[in-house]
Amino acid sequence: MALQRSDVQRVALLARLEPTPDQIDRLATELAAIVEYVDSLAEVDTDGVEPLVHAIEQTNVLRPDVAVASLSRDAALANAPVHNGVGFRVPAVLGD
Amino acid sequence: MADSLAELTAVEQLRLLNAGQTTSVALTTACLDRIAATDQRVGAFLRTTPERALAQAADIDRRRAAGDAVGALGGVPVAVKDVLCDEGQLTTCASKMLADFRPPYDATVVERLKQADAVLVGRTNMDEFAMGGSTENSAFQKTRNPWDLERSPGGSSGGAAACVAAGQTALSIGTDTGGSIRQPAALCGVVGLKPTYGRVSRYGLVAFASSLDQVGPLGRTVSDVALLYDAIAGHDPHDTTSAKAAAEPTLPQVNEPLKGLRVGVVPEHFAAGLSESVRQAVERAIDSYRQAGAQIVEVALPHARHAVATYYVIAPCEASSNLARYDGVHYGRRTDPAAMHARLAAERKSAAEANDATAARQIDTALVRLYRQSRSEALGPEVQRRIMLGAYALSAGYYDAYYLKALKVRRLIRQDFDAAFEQVDVIAGPVTASPAFKLGELIDDPLAMYLVDLYTVSANLAGLPAISLPCGLSPDGLPIGLHLMAPPLKESRLLRAARMFEASRDPLPLPRLD
Repeated sequence: MALQRSDVQRVALLARLEPTPDQIDRLATELAAIVEYVDSLAEVDTDGVEPLVHAIEQTNVLRPDVAVASLSRDAALANAPVHNGVGFRVPAVLGD
Repeated sequence: MADSLAELTAVEQLRLLNAGQTTSVALTTACLDRIAATDQRVGAFLRTTPERALAQAADIDRRRAAGDAVGALGGVPVAVKDVLCDEGQLTTCASKMLADFRPPYDATVVERLKQADAVLVGRTNMDEFAMGGSTENSAFQKTRNPWDLERSPGGSSGGAAACVAAGQTALSIGTDTGGSIRQPAALCGVVGLKPTYGRVSRYGLVAFASSLDQVGPLGRTVSDVALLYDAIAGHDPHDTTSAKAAAEPTLPQVNEPLKGLRVGVVPEHFAAGLSESVRQAVERAIDSYRQAGAQIVEVALPHARHAVATYYVIAPCEASSNLARYDGVHYGRRTDPAAMHARLAAERKSAAEANDATAARQIDTALVRLYRQSRSEALGPEVQRRIMLGAYALSAGYYDAYYLKALKVRRLIRQDFDAAFEQVDVIAGPVTASPAFKLGELIDDPLAMYLVDLYTVSANLAGLPAISLPCGLSPDGLPIGLHLMAPPLKESRLLRAARMFEASRDPLPLPRLD
């Protein structure tokens, strides 16, 4: 199936990407080719088949409820592009 | 005797170290010298850390001389793909996004390497965030195949395979989400193991597709790969997907041939599309198993032909979710805020002047624009393509048709293997359809690049251990890989089966790099 420019723009917003107009055209073509290829999955009969999310189907992996050391605030902030010593700085979220 | 200590196998290096015939400092120096002499051409390493490596080596030498305990890798240099966290050291994933990232903790694999007294000499190149099959998606440099510098080493662990092939280090660590250890191992003529999903901890591995990613060893011999695998395998409470079963050491038994081995062969693996040189080499390898007394059994994997499509739904879906963390806020690169605010203001002004309320409403908030611009500037085209593909497949209206459907086909693929392994102990076939391709040959055709994974992705989808080992050279002198897969947790069997074939033939020489 063909992907429209508007599809690419909609998905780009969801994906928090900002392709240029040229990139939108190229992505529409490239993604359409890949989507057409993966559309072949439709021919597989999967009635009554349970999805396999993980190759090792373990559930409820628990550990004792004991506090253990975690990263210090300074270590957690050390790689932040902008921080004020106590938190991550971002542009105003409200009232923007 | 090899020209350089660096070119010896790790088992041999370790023997010399334990016999007092060399030191880790001498060995590490030899590796660093070999890298300095050859990496201008190969480009396997993003960076080396000589001071740290030599300090580590000196410490190991001191402890050995004093009669203190040393770890299982006792002073052998190991290269690590630049995707595993190493506390305080650059860990870039070959992405501009993480160009300056220094993780605050060690990946479990890195921690185990340190505990085993591996000398960490440097970090190898890769496709950005391990997405690709040629290492050309690295944001920083090209890596060349040591067998032919015009060709790709494969990917995404291209640097990991090339450094071992070039004799720069005997051992390296790679990661494999759809074939990223085995395909470059095949194209570079080395041995690469993807362990069972859950066998090696993913804690501190920068995530690409969490249900498929697995860390594994590369080396020039099966024994070297067993040695490194033994050092990193085993349960880790930090990884909830870590397998609970104990990982028994594989090296002690690796030379013992398997009696009554049943080798499965899948006829579809030899269908159209497989190059003649690869077909012949793999058939000869299967024949040598027959001569060694193994029984060759045809098995069917009816859903295998859907594996690439299944993979290219599941992997991008998981990637789009995993890579959402790169937002220009917590770590990684942020766009220039002043320029961003100026652009936003200009867009708002122009919408207001045109009295266009719809356009004005569609302009991003500053925070959303910060995310979008930071990500678009710092992530490469293939990474963005996969994020887009995953976001599309997971978006409203498509989830059932793509993601859920792919997970169901994934179970069918797994069930095919379960049935096949009722009849056989291992499955043998090709790793790639042809030997190494030229740099630039596939980079403009994403789908063609994805199809390179044809023979390898099934093992990731099913979570199986699988290995690639050299089985010959093409008429052009390019290495060809033999692929062996085994049931979950049967790494020991897989390595022994691989060793049986390896023992039946002369080892590949090191490629000439002069």
